[in-house]
Formats: sequence, C-alpha cells, structure tokens
Amino acid sequence: MEKDPNNILDEVTQGEYKYGFYTDIEMETAPRGLSEDTIRFISAKKNEPEWLLEFRLNAYRKWLGMTEPTWAHLHHPPINYQDIIYYAAPKKKKELASLDEVDPELIETFNKLGISLEEQKRLTGVAVDAVIDSVSVKTTFSETLEKQGIIFCSFSEAVQKVPELVKQYMGTVVPSDDNYFAALNSAVFSDGSFCYIPKGVRCPIELSTYFRINAANTGQFERTLIIGDEGSYVSYMEGCTAPMRDENQLHAAIVEIIALKDAEVKYSTVQNWYPGNKQGEGGIYNFVTKRGICKGNNSKISWTQVETGSAITWKYPSVVLMGDHSVGEFYSVAVTNNYQQADTGSKMIHLGKNTKSTIISKGISAGYSNNSYRGLVKMTKRAENARNFSQCDSLLLGDRCGAHTFPYIKTENKTSIVEHEATTSKISDDQLFYCNQRGIGTESAIGLIVNGYAREVLKQLPMEFAVEAQKLLSISLEGSVG
Amino acid sequence: MLSIKNLRVSIEGKEILKGINLEVRPGEVHAIMGPNGTGKSTLASVIAGRDIFEVEEGEIIFNGKNLLEMPVEDRASEGIFLSFQYPVEIPGVSITNFMRTAVNEQRKYHGLDPMPANEFLAKMEEKKRMLDIHAKLANRSVNEGFSGGEKKKNEIFQLAMLEPTLAILDETDSGLDIDALKVVANGVNKLRRPDNAFLVITHYQRLLEYIVPDIVHVLFDGRIVRSGGKELAMELEEKGYEWIRSEA
Repeated sequence: MEKDPNNILDEVTQGEYKYGFYTDIEMETAPRGLSEDTIRFISAKKNEPEWLLEFRLNAYRKWLGMTEPTWAHLHHPPINYQDIIYYAAPKKKKELASLDEVDPELIETFNKLGISLEEQKRLTGVAVDAVIDSVSVKTTFSETLEKQGIIFCSFSEAVQKVPELVKQYMGTVVPSDDNYFAALNSAVFSDGSFCYIPKGVRCPIELSTYFRINAANTGQFERTLIIGDEGSYVSYMEGCTAPMRDENQLHAAIVEIIALKDAEVKYSTVQNWYPGNKQGEGGIYNFVTKRGICKGNNSKISWTQVETGSAITWKYPSVVLMGDHSVGEFYSVAVTNNYQQADTGSKMIHLGKNTKSTIISKGISAGYSNNSYRGLVKMTKRAENARNFSQCDSLLLGDRCGAHTFPYIKTENKTSIVEHEATTSKISDDQLFYCNQRGIGTESAIGLIVNGYAREVLKQLPMEFAVEAQKLLSISLEGSVG
Repeated sequence: MLSIKNLRVSIEGKEILKGINLEVRPGEVHAIMGPNGTGKSTLASVIAGRDIFEVEEGEIIFNGKNLLEMPVEDRASEGIFLSFQYPVEIPGVSITNFMRTAVNEQRKYHGLDPMPANEFLAKMEEKKRMLDIHAKLANRSVNEGFSGGEKKKNEIFQLAMLEPTLAILDETDSGLDIDALKVVANGVNKLRRPDNAFLVITHYQRLLEYIVPDIVHVLFDGRIVRSGGKELAMELEEKGYEWIRSEA
C-alpha cells in the first residue's frame, strides 16, 4: 500500500524533531573520558578566551606526566579517569509537587538540622512560592554588593565579565602543575565562584554560595578564586550544610585566595558530602587543593573547616605568609565514622618577617574510620621572628577507629618559634554517666561532648553556620555507640 | 515514693550491699551515715543506675515503677537526681547549654515540647538568685577548672533547675569549707517541698546541723544496722563509729 505523502511528511518531520531534540540534550554532555578534545569541548561550551584554553591544555599535558600521590594515609581502589564525564550542563532536577514526594529520611535529617519548611522545599526541588524566590533574594544582595564595587559571581561569569582579573590571579597560588589533582582540575574545571573585594572595602555581608544560583550544580571540578585588594575585608562561606546527596564519585576542587596589603579574608566551609553507607560502600572521594597567599604586609587569611562527609577527604588548606607581619590561621574539625577516611591538615609557609600562624585541628573518629592530621610548618631563612602555634587533638569513640598525627616542622632560621601540642582522648564512662543522670540519652550526650570538644573551632564560624554545624556533628555520629 | 527491698549488690564478685531495706516518703529527708567503704556511695550509684555494679537480688520501686529495669536517663526523667561526690568535667560545654539539653530531654521523655528559650533563661536567673550563685558560673564549661566548692554549688544549681522528686546528695559536704557548706545547705533547704524527698549521704554529722534530717540510718558493712531520729546523728558524733562496730 502506498503511503499518503502527507503521512510520510509527518513521520519524517516528527522523527527529525524527536531526533533533533535528542541530540540537543546529548550536546550538553561531553563524551566519556579525558582527551584534548574533551578540553576543547568544555572550553568552547563556555565560550572561553584562547589564553584560558591554553591554560587548560597546558595543565592537561602536565597531568599526563604525573602520577596519583600515594603518601596519604588513605586506601581506595584505583580511579578510572577515562570513565568520568567531565562536562555536563547543569541538570534540571525534576520539580516535585510537594514534600510528600521527597525521601522521608532526607526530611528527617532536615528537621534535625532545623531547616525551615520553605528552605527544605528549595533544597529538594519542590516548587516554591514567588515570595521567597531565591532569585529575588539574590538580586537584592547583588545590588548591595555592586554599589561597593564587589564582584561576586560564578567563575564562568567572571571569565566573561572581568577576564583581566581572572588572568592576573588564576593559578598564581596553586600552579596548574602543583599536584596531580590540581592539574586535573586546571584542565577540566567546570565552574565555581569568583570574588573580588576592591581596595578599602569591608564587605557588609557574609558572602555565601547560599545566595548564588546553580551553586549546587557546579560539578565535580569546582574552582574558586577570591581576591582581597588592599585594606579590604571579606568573610566567605562555602558549602551547604544540608545533606546534598551528590552522586559524583570524584571531586577535585581548587580554591585560591589572594590577600593584598592589609587585607583580611576569612573562609569558612562545612562539608557533608555523601560518606558512603555503613559498610563503606559508595561515597565521595574528595581531593581538594586549597591555598591562600598573604601577599602584602599585615594581611590575614583564615581557614575554618568542618568536615563530616565524604568517603575520603584529602585536603590541606594552606597559607603562604609572604608579606611581613601577615597572619595565617587554620581551624578544623574533621569527623569520620563507619569506614570514612580523612587525611587533612594545613601548611603554613612563613616567608615574611614577624609572620604568625595558628593551627587548631580537632579530629573525631568513630566506627572503623581513620582520621589523620598532616601538617607542615615551614620557617624560611627570611622569616625572622616568625611564630607558629599548632594544636592537634584527637577524640576516639570506640576502639576500632584510628587517629594519626603527622606533623612536619622545618625551621631555617634561629629567631622563629614553633610550638606543637597534641592530645588524644576518649569520651569517658564517667562523662556519659553524668550526662545520663541528668536525663540526657547517650546519643545526645555524645553530641554534646563532641560539640564541646570542637567548640574552639566552631566559634570561628559565622553564627548561622555554627548552629547548623553543631547539629551536623551530632547527626554524623549517630549510631556510633552501641 | 522510694521503696528498696532486700537489695544485694556486688562488684567484680565482691558483695558490697548485703540486703538493704529503705522506705522514703514524700517530704522526708533521710540521712545515711557510716564509715568509709561501707557501701554508701554504692547505694547512691545503684539507685541512679550505674552499670558497673551487679544487682544480685532485691528491688527498687520508685513511684510504683521498677527502677532496675530502666536506663539511667529514664530514671533521671522519672525524678531521680544524684549530686555527685566527684562531678566530672565536660570541656567546652557551657552550663547553660548542658542544662538546656537536660531540661529539654526530660521534657521530651514526658511528651512535652522544648522549653522556650526566654522561659528557660528566666528560670536560670531565678534559680541563680535563689541559690546566690555567681552569674558567671553559667557561662563556664561544666565543672572545668572549678574549685571543690564551685563544683558542689553547681550540683545544687542543677538540682534546682531539674526539680527532681528524689535528690540524692552523695558526700556533698566533702571538701567544702564552712561558708560553701552553708550555701549548699541553704540551697537544699530552700528546695525542700512536701512532694519531694532527699537522701543525704555523709560521713560527718556536720552537714546535718544545716540540713536537718527526719530519719538517720547507719550503714555498716553493707547493711543498715540502725535507724532513728536526728538525735542518732548526734549520738554517733559523740561516740564515734567504733560504737557501731562494737554493736554490730
């Protein structure tokens, strides 16, 4: 039977339409695996200038000649770098009609964290009222910031808007061949945040990724650049304290901070990525390079981190103290439970005279987990009268977990002073009995004691962040005692 | 309120309490006296629920409920409070935070919502005033760097906040100078009500001059060997524990 020409036309056009639609989606994802073509694809997708493509390709070529580091106290199966999709356009989450459709376990965690209903809807992708539309919130803040000349946007946006600033500072603190994971990030980074505080400006609000659209979808290879110009101040918060169940296996991010003369940058982060299940299956591998440079005299960089997530954490937020009288600080709480592994700490590289650094690290291990502090304090020849104080405390819950401390100290002059204190403790039965006797159940008691133990670090966090971090600590340790 | 029958308790195979019988009614203050090592503190710990002891025999009934079947925190929520002889330090946890957690956990046990923050803070203020406690104490970490006197005052403050029906004071007078002793005793006296009771464990008669007991028991070698009115404490002070030893 001969087909009606109109039907054939319909079939063909509809078919093409379907096909076209299909390829349109496919176009948003790079082919699996890593090659120069993948990098060109990413760069083209982002409409990047030639120098940035060169930066990426250069990093990639160096990465090819490098090998994965093995010195950390971590164990994981080999990562197949050709089995990763390096670029995917932000996925639109399915919009849900009500919270009833959300995983009840997730809702329970939200309630424990004290996250409001509206906020819960936003985080889980439930349609929200126009009143609390995050876009309008964002606009209000952006206007405030713009008036002061503060630039706070996504990294990709910055490449288009202020390419000269990006070009001037990117890769100056963490060179593209700094380490294996930094080279990988430099080759394939997807997006991240950019922040510039002009001379003499004190940023009036805590800058948070909270107010940034698409923050959750910047992908596995995030790149952040923060520049504090002379005499400026900014407090920057990264991460969401809600349990983002990111399914990506490998994360390799870079954060670079530059503090010019008299500038102060405070960076706080709470990380609670998926740690894997109780048997140690699944979970995120988090290999991050975070470094700041106190470039000018009297500048200050302060890192505060609360790490409760990831199956593996490999992270050493560091400060290069180049300017005379500059100050570097590192405050850390790292919690590991079940089969989690953390190898984290800090590096303080003293180059300038009278520079001062502080390291306060609180490790909490439970279950079968392993928690290591690894730190380097280096006093170079020029760093006269430099000072460092390091305190590394470990708290053990149960007797199947491990806590390790690897402090490295290098001093090349005679006038600098380095102090290192370390303690290991357990929650005593007497403490638990005392809490129980006041009506506090063992699980709450552990949460309370652990938060007390970490207080020195938690009090460095901005207020609203601190409250959520405290709750998160308790939740992470749930079920850690029999 | 509290009824202990034929309580036998051991630790690591060694019998410490050898059949204790005790009845405490609402509004009463009982004193338990005796030389060191006769099981006074063990009795306090077993009522509170410390699990290092083995209960071999007997029962403890509190307001109709079998205490021995309850976890420590439930006993506390049911109204048992122990003022510790050696209160433990909890670094980094402020007394305010500690008390708020305790109050709210106990409320949760009774099916109540957490106490609103302003109501809680007002209650803290009221109790501090009542007990003459320095305002700063509340912001310090629980017992961390406290003097002996401060620790004991802090125990009484917690007692005031939690309003138990039965308060056990385990050697609250040990290590206190006379001024601190008076503060502690005055606090206890202010907290006495017709519907609550106190079990005061002490080695010396001194504390009982300030907290006057209705009934005094003498504990010796794991047994209550003698019970009587407050005059028994005086007699004991005069004649010493040797007197009991020779009688026993």
